[in-house]
Amino acid sequence: MTRQTILRVVAKLLIPYILLFALYVQFHGDYGPGGGFQAGVIFAAAFILYALVFGLGSARRVARPGVIEVLVALGVLIYAGTGIVAMLGGGNFLDYNALDHHNPVHGQHLGILLVELGVGITVAATMIAIFFSFAGRRVQR
Amino acid sequence: MQWIDVLLLTLLVLTAITVVRLRGLWAAVMLMGIYSFLGASWMLILDAPDVAFTEAAVGAGISTILAVATLALTTTRAKKPVQSPGIPLVVVIVTGAVLVYGTLDMPSFGDPGAPSQVYPELSYVEREPDEIGVPNVVTAVLASYRGYDTLGETTVIFTAGIGVLLLLRETRSRRRRGGGP
Repeated sequence: MTRQTILRVVAKLLIPYILLFALYVQFHGDYGPGGGFQAGVIFAAAFILYALVFGLGSARRVARPGVIEVLVALGVLIYAGTGIVAMLGGGNFLDYNALDHHNPVHGQHLGILLVELGVGITVAATMIAIFFSFAGRRVQR
Repeated sequence: MQWIDVLLLTLLVLTAITVVRLRGLWAAVMLMGIYSFLGASWMLILDAPDVAFTEAAVGAGISTILAVATLALTTTRAKKPVQSPGIPLVVVIVTGAVLVYGTLDMPSFGDPGAPSQVYPELSYVEREPDEIGVPNVVTAVLASYRGYDTLGETTVIFTAGIGVLLLLRETRSRRRRGGGP
């Protein structure tokens, strides 16, 4: 943990906005540049900044390694699960039209939202997990 | 060619040459981050904001952090090369020349007759508002028309994460609480 007051205060000020921006990029990806991949990386960046300034131990209490490892897999499951649900609805795998039989365009919107969420969760969790692994080796030595 | 194109491409080449010549790895990592930002600016000029966004977030952000973390675990000085640079230089020049030769066949930037613009017959940009109806066509192509590819990419990231966790994760008995870098 750093003792630099300015770093700590600025990090505390910035982190909520980084998280908010990540959510904006995630859910505004249909309308502007961005999407799950970029949002996941930005979301992870907030946790990495927290770990750099307040120490790996504090960051691990916020983002528990066990939870992060589950989230790494959960994102891919959401993505593939959306495809399976489309199959159950009578379409092909990942054919979002089958998600809403009355209005295929709504089905497409829902499908894109879900798979982008899956991408975002997996990317964010993977980046956090990789950083924790790297930084954790440092603590050990 | 605009002056900004010339400026950005010159800076890209200069940054790359500097990174190759540096022996101090901290500075090299920082310059790689700058290289990524220049690349992102260049992609923005080519009207590809989604790709530029990714390059800025991944290339300049996460990659730099992970490279710094790696330096903290290993060493910050590159070893002196033991071989003469002659053969690698020839290989690089030949490969580069072949790649440049390959670009001679490519359609020029924004050419309406380019294969990506004429196939499939009705372009995604025209079809997309009726079929999917999200304003960002890039998102529609990535998540819907090319949903299989994006599922594959997500699986690649998942696999990379699992690989790093298997190789580097601390065993539970050795995990310590508190402290930090």
